[in-house]
Amino acid sequence: MDADFAIVGGGIVGLSVAWGLLRAGQSVVVVDGADDALRASRGNFGLIWVQGKGLNAPHYARWSRRSAALWGDFAQELEDNTGLDLALRQEGGLDLHFSDGSLADCATRYAALRAELGGDYPFEVLTGAALMREEPGIGPKVAGAVLHPEDGHANPLMLLRALSEDVRRLGGRLETGRMVSQLLPPGEGFALGCADGTVFHAGRVVLAAGLGAAALGPQLGFAAPVTPERGQVLITEKLPPLIRRPSLIARQVGEGAVQIGATNERAGLDDRSTRKGMAQLAAEAVAAYPALAQAQLVRSWGALRVMSPDGLPIYQESEAVPGAFLITCHSGITLAAAHARLMPNWILGRDGAPDLEVFGEARFAV
Amino acid sequence: MKPDLRFELLDKDAPRVTVRFAGQAYDVPEGANLAAALLAAGVDAFRQTAHRGVGRAPFCMMGACFDCLVEVDGVSRQACLMQVAPGLDIRPARQLREGPYAAR
Amino acid sequence: MPRADLTIIGAGPAGMAAAAEAAGAGLNVLLLDEQPTPGGQVYRNVDEAAARRGKILGRDFTRGRALTGALNHPRITHVAQASVWSVEGTNVAYTAPDGAREVVSDHVLIATGALERAMPMPGWTLPGVMTAGAAQIMLKQSGIAVREAVLVGSGPLLYLVAVQLLRAGCPPRALVETQTRGDMRHALTHWRAALRGWRYLQRGAAMLNELRNAGVRRHVGARDLALLGSRRVEAVHFSCGGDLHELPAETVLLHHGVVPNVQATRALGLAHRWAPRQHAFVPVLDRWGLGAQPGIWGAGDGAGIGGARVAELSGRIAGLGIAHEMGALSEAERDRRAAPLLSARAVEMSIRPFLDRAFPPYAAALVPADAVTVCRCEEVSAGEIRRAAEQGCAGPNQAKAFTRAGMGRCQGRFCGLSVTGILAEMQGRDPGEIGYFRARPPLRPVTLGEVAALHDPDDPLVQAGPHG
Ligand SMILES: Cc1cc2nc3c(=O)[nH]c(=O)nc-3n(C[C@H](O)[C@H](O)[C@H](O)COP(=O)(O)OP(=O)(O)OC[C@H]3O[C@@H](n4cnc5c(N)ncnc54)[C@H](O)[C@@H]3O)c2cc1C
Ligand code: FES
Repeated sequence: MDADFAIVGGGIVGLSVAWGLLRAGQSVVVVDGADDALRASRGNFGLIWVQGKGLNAPHYARWSRRSAALWGDFAQELEDNTGLDLALRQEGGLDLHFSDGSLADCATRYAALRAELGGDYPFEVLTGAALMREEPGIGPKVAGAVLHPEDGHANPLMLLRALSEDVRRLGGRLETGRMVSQLLPPGEGFALGCADGTVFHAGRVVLAAGLGAAALGPQLGFAAPVTPERGQVLITEKLPPLIRRPSLIARQVGEGAVQIGATNERAGLDDRSTRKGMAQLAAEAVAAYPALAQAQLVRSWGALRVMSPDGLPIYQESEAVPGAFLITCHSGITLAAAHARLMPNWILGRDGAPDLEVFGEARFAV
Repeated sequence: MKPDLRFELLDKDAPRVTVRFAGQAYDVPEGANLAAALLAAGVDAFRQTAHRGVGRAPFCMMGACFDCLVEVDGVSRQACLMQVAPGLDIRPARQLREGPYAAR
Repeated sequence: MPRADLTIIGAGPAGMAAAAEAAGAGLNVLLLDEQPTPGGQVYRNVDEAAARRGKILGRDFTRGRALTGALNHPRITHVAQASVWSVEGTNVAYTAPDGAREVVSDHVLIATGALERAMPMPGWTLPGVMTAGAAQIMLKQSGIAVREAVLVGSGPLLYLVAVQLLRAGCPPRALVETQTRGDMRHALTHWRAALRGWRYLQRGAAMLNELRNAGVRRHVGARDLALLGSRRVEAVHFSCGGDLHELPAETVLLHHGVVPNVQATRALGLAHRWAPRQHAFVPVLDRWGLGAQPGIWGAGDGAGIGGARVAELSGRIAGLGIAHEMGALSEAERDRRAAPLLSARAVEMSIRPFLDRAFPPYAAALVPADAVTVCRCEEVSAGEIRRAAEQGCAGPNQAKAFTRAGMGRCQGRFCGLSVTGILAEMQGRDPGEIGYFRARPPLRPVTLGEVAALHDPDDPLVQAGPHG
């Protein structure tokens, strides 16, 4: 046996869970794919984002908020362990609106969610002088913004790196450059067969393979109905301070680059950046922050979100093959803290486990 | 060697114009490549790097390395892809102007 | 959107020759280049420079005027100072002095040439250190010569630049050459190639003579190179034949060969293969220059290093190929016209094995020591790449995500091959298996305002909803 747990997928989700399981005293092997594999973890926007989550699903709003609340402590622990700087800034995030109508709609929906959550859902609507005071770089086309104080952003690549360093430090094995192609259900535990012929054996298996779960899931009795949604992102040169708080339109990182994104496109497995997407992103960003018109575009990319039919995470232990877990979500950065700190108790069936049954696959049954 | 003696200007009779770099005036040949002209005029560092804050000067002269970055009219540009024009007001690329990036 | 039969990116010998050939066959050609004048790197500013400094630059340079002259054709539109920043299939976006433009065409020829091979060594980022090609460009384009240069590296261009500086009245202080006498002996075993290249050898010998007569010192077989200085370069350190040297230097010119600029062919998603003799990746193209995507062609050094004459020939060959695809030339006519070009190209190419072996890249710069900066933009050292590899980054794109190498403004043009080389060495694998950075637009700098100007509010992107 190679480990108590084998984790298929070394992205943010797989590594967060691996890290948590290691801290819970389990031995872990993480198997991750090739250099050119589809990796949302390498192409995401780096937001820790509660705003907008679970507007029709309060349990998702609650879960996102729990993770956001754990993030500071989680980041601190990783930074202490690795010496890396995750560049976490969690001083609120903005949802910018270009018309009074859409701003009002949005505020109404948040008010409804707040009521559903028993009044515990902080947000604030900013317009006019108040908005200019908070965000001086904003342009006249912006009608107003919703400020959510729990939102923030971090460097997602540093998070990925810190997790992979710390997983090793904790004694986890990280096997990169290996595509798992076969998941054999337990005789003596599970056997994971890789395309290069390697086989790993483990007592239990966590399928955290992002989009790869769609193909692998059925082997373990999961429906795993995840599909790709492309997000294109732009990066400018390093600029003087311009943007204070992140939004879905743009965020400025500590070294000054402004990250602009992301589109939401159904483009199959095509993760290219397109001129049409780039032009749309640039136009929106310039409308929000006019000074950006002068900024040089340095890089662009496209990455594929891992979307379930309702956009919510899927957490499921296989009914057909107990000991096999499917863990996948769109907001892996936001939920990293919860996956690392809370999820292991659920997987291990321990006391104090969060109630995650609501995120099971049963909800997709017709 | 004095900085402006590191290079020899072959077209001695070329008409000269004045440009400003970091506030200082330089007489340079009109129409010359801007990066080359500034180097020959004795400019040592065109920009400072973001992380270590060390000086950089043109390296490739063909638009590939970005070590010749300067700022003209609020836009950062590669000096090696520009021509000298009278009255150009050139600033070192932003990091140099503002020192190490202010932590926000 | 404006249209052309053929859009050519790059007005060097390959692009210019292809334009002439295709226009001659009746195609409408758009020729884009970011320089103010046609010529590319090799014939940079040739029209003006040939007249003013033809003697210094030599006949191999002034012959470029024939190519620029041929651009004066009613079916060729040459747009100067046009930076192409995105190629999507045969749809090209560029920024000209008057703003961002898009053009659709039936065929696109990528003729973006070569880059000087990065030569990472201690101190190579100091002001006062440039590439030899940079010094030559200063001479051609601006009539500015480096005084008392110390040239470091290997290859014919090193001698050529030294001689041109000498003729400009600025004899170099010294040549510090990294190839060994053994390399030359080894290369001479390719005597067939050497014989075919007698013209080159003869010219090389003449250049060396000229340098010797002028008293320019040559150190052959230099190793342990380091460029010293605090705010700018002050000295070149090296060992040679068992002795340690430290030459004072105000300007150091580095060169150890050139590599194809694959940014555009990579961004298009063409397949590339590792060319071991050239120590570089080259796009996979057929003999006409056609890639595995409809309408996408490559020619010149960007398609594989061959030098100016090969570039010109391959440009003509591609021009004929494209004209045939467009129905402007019958197959027989294309083949008739191409036959002498193809055989001339084969002859020119046959000298390459000799040159590649006589002037191999400086080995210590292919896999630099830990302390050496490999990514100039983001200031990432070779050691950091190695550490990332130890943390499980098997490929360059993972190493990029962990270290930022290749994320800077040059988009990996200068560190790409170093990162691949380091990973290949660590894993004992072929660089071809390790792969290369994925390239994405923008290929050249463009402001957000210029990109935004291409947005059509009446034709927005179809989106699936806001999901962060
Ligand atoms: C454009 C964009 C913007 C985003 N912005 C945000 C944001 O601001 N905030 C936020 O919280 N989230 C954001 N996300 C979502 C977040 O990035 C993802 O939720 C998270 O990265 C998912 O992680 P993952 O590990 O499931 O998937 P991935 O990162 O895709 O990782 C899957 C891993 O599995 C491996 N794999 C797959 N198949 C196999 C196999 N057969 N064998 C071995 N290995 C395999 C792959 O190699 C890969 O490393 C964004 C996503 C995108 C695309
Ligand atoms: S000197 Fe390299 S880009 Fe200008």
